[in-house]
Amino acid sequence: MSSATTNGARAERGWYKRNEIAITPWLFLAPAMLFFAVYVIIPIGQSFWISFHQWDGLGEATWVGTANYERLLGIGEQNMDRKFEVSFWNNLKWLVLYLLAIPMGLFISLFLNQTVTGIRLYKSLFFFPFVISQVVVGLVFSWFYLPNNGLFDQIVGLVGIDIKGGMLGNPNTATYGIIAAGLWPQTAYCMILYLTGLNAVDPEQVEAARLDGAKGRKMLWYVILPQLKPATFIAFVVTIIGALRSFDLISVMTNGGPFGSTRVLSFFMFEESLSEFGFRMGYGAAIAVVLFFIMLFFIVYFLWSMYQDEKGGR
Amino acid sequence: MHSILKTSLAALVAAGVATTASADGHGLSGELRIISDMSNPAPRAVMEKLAADFDAMHDDLTVDLTIVDREAWKTQIRNALGANPPDVVNWYAATRMTPYVDAGLFMDISDLWEDPAMEGLASTKGAMTLDGKQWGVPYTYYQWGVYYRKDIFEELGLAEPATWEEELANCQVIIDSGRKCYTIGSKFLWTAGGWFDYINSRTNGYDFHIQLANGEVEWTDDRVRQTFANWRQLIDMGAFIDDHQSYSWQEAMPFMVDGEATAYLMGNFSVAAFRDGGLTDDQLDFYQFPTINPDVAPAEDAPTDTFHIASGAQNVDAAKAFLLYVTSPEVQSEINGGDALGQLPVNAAASVSDDKFIQEGFEMLSNNASGGIMQFFDRDFPAEMASVGMEGLQEFMVFPDNLDDILARLEEARQRIYQ
Repeated sequence: MSSATTNGARAERGWYKRNEIAITPWLFLAPAMLFFAVYVIIPIGQSFWISFHQWDGLGEATWVGTANYERLLGIGEQNMDRKFEVSFWNNLKWLVLYLLAIPMGLFISLFLNQTVTGIRLYKSLFFFPFVISQVVVGLVFSWFYLPNNGLFDQIVGLVGIDIKGGMLGNPNTATYGIIAAGLWPQTAYCMILYLTGLNAVDPEQVEAARLDGAKGRKMLWYVILPQLKPATFIAFVVTIIGALRSFDLISVMTNGGPFGSTRVLSFFMFEESLSEFGFRMGYGAAIAVVLFFIMLFFIVYFLWSMYQDEKGGR
Repeated sequence: MHSILKTSLAALVAAGVATTASADGHGLSGELRIISDMSNPAPRAVMEKLAADFDAMHDDLTVDLTIVDREAWKTQIRNALGANPPDVVNWYAATRMTPYVDAGLFMDISDLWEDPAMEGLASTKGAMTLDGKQWGVPYTYYQWGVYYRKDIFEELGLAEPATWEEELANCQVIIDSGRKCYTIGSKFLWTAGGWFDYINSRTNGYDFHIQLANGEVEWTDDRVRQTFANWRQLIDMGAFIDDHQSYSWQEAMPFMVDGEATAYLMGNFSVAAFRDGGLTDDQLDFYQFPTINPDVAPAEDAPTDTFHIASGAQNVDAAKAFLLYVTSPEVQSEINGGDALGQLPVNAAASVSDDKFIQEGFEMLSNNASGGIMQFFDRDFPAEMASVGMEGLQEFMVFPDNLDDILARLEEARQRIYQ
């Protein structure tokens, strides 16, 4: 150390001093890059690698080429894995229906964006479902949906609807039941995003619009919503991601059942490779890769649209 | 060394565990690391006492016990056995051991089974054997059977059914009285596996059942269809509670406690829950699952819980001594007693608790299970087949008309899994 400093002092300027501007950003980035590589990039590569093997997670892995993918997607003479088919369609249902959280969150935030006594309390109460754990949400809703004694069953019973097996016991309704449970916290999340967005709405523009006679729906559509675009974008991103990683609610509420009708890709992957009876690491990795590409599609879209925004801003 | 161990162990236990003066003689030293899945309150106390007693017997040995949640252990065991494994772990008997045996993570302890002290365990040897070697020792097992509301049976003038015809006739009377014959919670699937074990083994016999478990018979076989046809008789008459796919086995229990259903096909561990639910021994009774095909000998589900030595164990001598200690008649009598695990001891020389249900189960398994002992659907069938299979069984119980589709799916899975 001491010799380094004397050397540095003797030379006109040290090597680091000369390259400081170029190097410092990389030094600051290094820890993040290291961890991102170790915990994200390298595991993705490993998943790809494992997906070409048959491996029980304990012994030796055997190379099987693309056999896992062929089985999963039903390439060749075999049928598509039915579990995969169910999971894939359920994922799509999640993606589409979960987006309802955005208009619902917007509606609640518009409703709460006023100054009356105790509004902070109301806001926090509406935000409450997002604060509690997904596991708790799942438990509460599974009691709510209980056949015979559950509140939901009694309410729909009043109007003469009887869901055979209960909401979560009927393969036709179970996924929708879980999505509805997921919407509860997700709506709260979107609401808080919009509430902060509404704070940033320019009062002068609202004033000007009012002078021009804009009211109600027109005011919302042409004046408020364009200003909420950043909030909408973020709400869209977190909702899509939330829909794709829907795992805990399914695990708590139905455990993938009845007869596997509520599986989604992430749950399917867990079940095949890591659960009590799952010893197919290769197959699970293949599912992970498929899920990765679905996510990549959205991620690329998000990055692209953020890039467009940046360009426009300049 | 084992004979020295055995005699001094026996002497020690006889003299009371606390006197450890001669313990130095064993030469057991260092640390014995145990990971156990006995996390429920009563088993936990048993395991902690076992570890403390064994520790006290050996001056130079420290027992380091870690208790893991029982459900969590089913997935954690893989990681635990991988790097820096403990010496002794808990697991389950039969096919459930296969992945760990195949991966070389369990130690072959066939030599331990040759020890004369193990003679009392001969009846359980088969369940611990894979590839002709033994991979662990059992420490407890329990019977399955039909637990029923005696008071309701008496009210309706019913007797315990011995044959399928009596069973169906009983059930009709129960349904006519506005109740359900059986409660079941199939949300976590395995309860349906118990029903399949019984109906299949009673219809086609133990050997057929095990052939099916080993993948030697097609799921679309007519004999399998006969099993489902018998099962369907109960389903079609409305014997099972509605919406059972929404309940766990505990959530299905109130139906029986409240008298809305009269019986439950379950393991003996349910007795504690029934008693907690307020049923007295006058209201609760037990009968063996009835005969369906008189030509086959009755086989019984009696799952066995086990101890194993990890192949990477550091202190093998101490681990083996611990397994001998756990299976010794005295310890077996103690840990399976009514105030401890409340189950059946694996050592023939151990005494059986005088609890009514344990006695009945012991009697049944000793004298009336000549067909064989099944370990349970998810322990006899390979993991993947069990998971696909139980899902199909649950679907069958809710939509019996889907049977052809279910069997085709299971057959497809069989061809892939056992290749």
